[in-house]
Amino acid sequence: MRFERREHRPLYLLIVTPVIAVIAALALSGILISIAGAPVFDAYWRILTSAFGSRLSATETLTRATPLMLTGLAAAVAFRARLWNIGAEGQFYLGAIAVAAASSKLLGNLPAPILIPLLLLVGAIAGMVLILIPLWLRLRFSVDEVVTSLLLNFIAVLFVSMLIDGILKDPLAFGWPQSQSVSDHAMLPKLVARSRLHIGFAIAIGLAIIVHFVQSRTVFGMQSRAAGLNPGGAVFAGVPLGKTLVKVACLSGGLAGLAGAIEVMGVKGYVTTDLSPGFGYAGIVVAMLANLNPLGVVFAAIFTATMFVGADGMSRGLGIPTYIADVTVALSLLTMLIALFFTQYRIRR
Amino acid sequence: MMQLFDIIASAGLWAAILRIATPLIFGTLGALLCERAGVLNLGIEGIMTFAAMIGWLSVYHGADLWTGLLIAAVAGGVFGLLHAGLTVTLGLSQHVSGLGVTLFASSFSYYVFRLIVPLANTPPTIVPFQPIAIPGLSTLPFIGPAFFTQTAPTYLAITIALLMAYIIFRTPVGLAIRMTGENPHAAEAQGVNPMKVRYGAVIAGSALMGMGGAFLTLSAFNSFFPTMVQGRGWICIALVVFASWRPGRALFGALLFAFFDAFQLRLQTALSGLVPYQLFLMTPYILSIAALAVMARRARVPQALMQPYRRGER
Repeated sequence: MRFERREHRPLYLLIVTPVIAVIAALALSGILISIAGAPVFDAYWRILTSAFGSRLSATETLTRATPLMLTGLAAAVAFRARLWNIGAEGQFYLGAIAVAAASSKLLGNLPAPILIPLLLLVGAIAGMVLILIPLWLRLRFSVDEVVTSLLLNFIAVLFVSMLIDGILKDPLAFGWPQSQSVSDHAMLPKLVARSRLHIGFAIAIGLAIIVHFVQSRTVFGMQSRAAGLNPGGAVFAGVPLGKTLVKVACLSGGLAGLAGAIEVMGVKGYVTTDLSPGFGYAGIVVAMLANLNPLGVVFAAIFTATMFVGADGMSRGLGIPTYIADVTVALSLLTMLIALFFTQYRIRR
Repeated sequence: MMQLFDIIASAGLWAAILRIATPLIFGTLGALLCERAGVLNLGIEGIMTFAAMIGWLSVYHGADLWTGLLIAAVAGGVFGLLHAGLTVTLGLSQHVSGLGVTLFASSFSYYVFRLIVPLANTPPTIVPFQPIAIPGLSTLPFIGPAFFTQTAPTYLAITIALLMAYIIFRTPVGLAIRMTGENPHAAEAQGVNPMKVRYGAVIAGSALMGMGGAFLTLSAFNSFFPTMVQGRGWICIALVVFASWRPGRALFGALLFAFFDAFQLRLQTALSGLVPYQLFLMTPYILSIAALAVMARRARVPQALMQPYRRGER
């Protein structure tokens, strides 16, 4: 069996690819569900109705999709420039804790219209700072950033744990390690009354559109893509590779930090070490499912959130472990990889 | 000061070092073998998790410990086959494929574990590998209890490290692996099939990773819990760079790393209350990053690492 590079990629393939990948992943997880002894179609129907069956569940799913959009964007912008930022999880936590610290120690008394944008900025900057470490190690010592950004996730979570056990500990939390709450006027306004869906959802979609515009219409977008496609050629064509990577890293880390800030200010109000059920890692899958397209990230994030929220309901009804959601999401990354391959190559006999 | 000395002089510390090092030795050797053939395997964290789970599960259901270890190795090899299929045959990004394997393997292990073992307050346990006192050597003062009363997989890990050093540098198979990692086109011109070599290295390497994961449930602890691999896989990837892709140095690096880890554990008890315990828990990760920064420039990376090989394409 040999593979032959396609001369041109038909548009329909690029649109159909993610759909095929998701269907394949759902079919494979279906095998696991039926091995567990549950009816497969009933299971998927329950996932869908648990995620979108009522006003409450639908807003809950979109609330869950919000941080995934942001971490997905963080991975997508970095991967496009072949900057392997696997540290979104740590950047998320650092953004979250920076917001808690700034709100409770410094800025808490400002009025909401000033406080909220300021805190979002603080969260984004915290994320940027964390990703600059692996980038610096790559540019200065040529250390592959995959492992360093990954290891920093563990360090960041322990750092957060130290703070919420120490100087940022909430004395009113009955001894639980939990940060002090952000002030009430630092909480993001609701998008839908009597639900948890907050304005952060709109911010995330707005940012996806902006990032799409930046990537397709600006010099920076062109340079970052060139850096990813062919670093050597990019340098030859006069792209400042180092500077471009720094900008890409700041954008990526900033988005991940913002995700943490928005999760604190939109949903929880305080930080614990289980604030993120792996939003950073799921963001990688979201980005890949979207084929690194910022607008596709919106849909991929909603799909992923549907799986996570829906699996909870399905699990209660049918007694299947909720981990099936993680399995399906991870499988869709693998099937998407294979599907993408066949948009670029065809089998030749 | 006296406290520090007491810690270093205790045989318990040195016995702990070998125990802590064992999964790292297996994992590092596995990652090293893959990378020597030109394939980065970031599936390691997931492979170790799955192997820890499946090894434990087989023993829990009545298999003996060695069979459990073998099953874990085979499971690791199967995930290696998946990674090889994606990266060698299809030539996909080794970074993304490896992360995909890790995400899939770990969530799949939690799924299978929860499916078979229902939630309980106290996790079910098995009887793990017991320490074997090597006759003669184990009665030596200090050295005996420290180095010669380990469990069987620890001795196995050290043996495999020495064996792998011999195979890679002294045998035709090793030469083929190294050539494939350096320049697969030249290897092919010499009659070596780079595809086969890469498949073999990734499958065998992943099997070793699996044994490292299984050590955790079959020897170090006696039960499985989801977060038990705790980034050990990623540390192994860092240790490969630290070792400059040489098995002997991988053994040394894992032991050195385990020394710091065992030392900080004891320092943590000695200084409890004075310093936040999280600072101690951070040290292994900080050490790995520091090791990468120090060694990355000096190390000679296999030249074809992360480059897909396609016949007739350059």
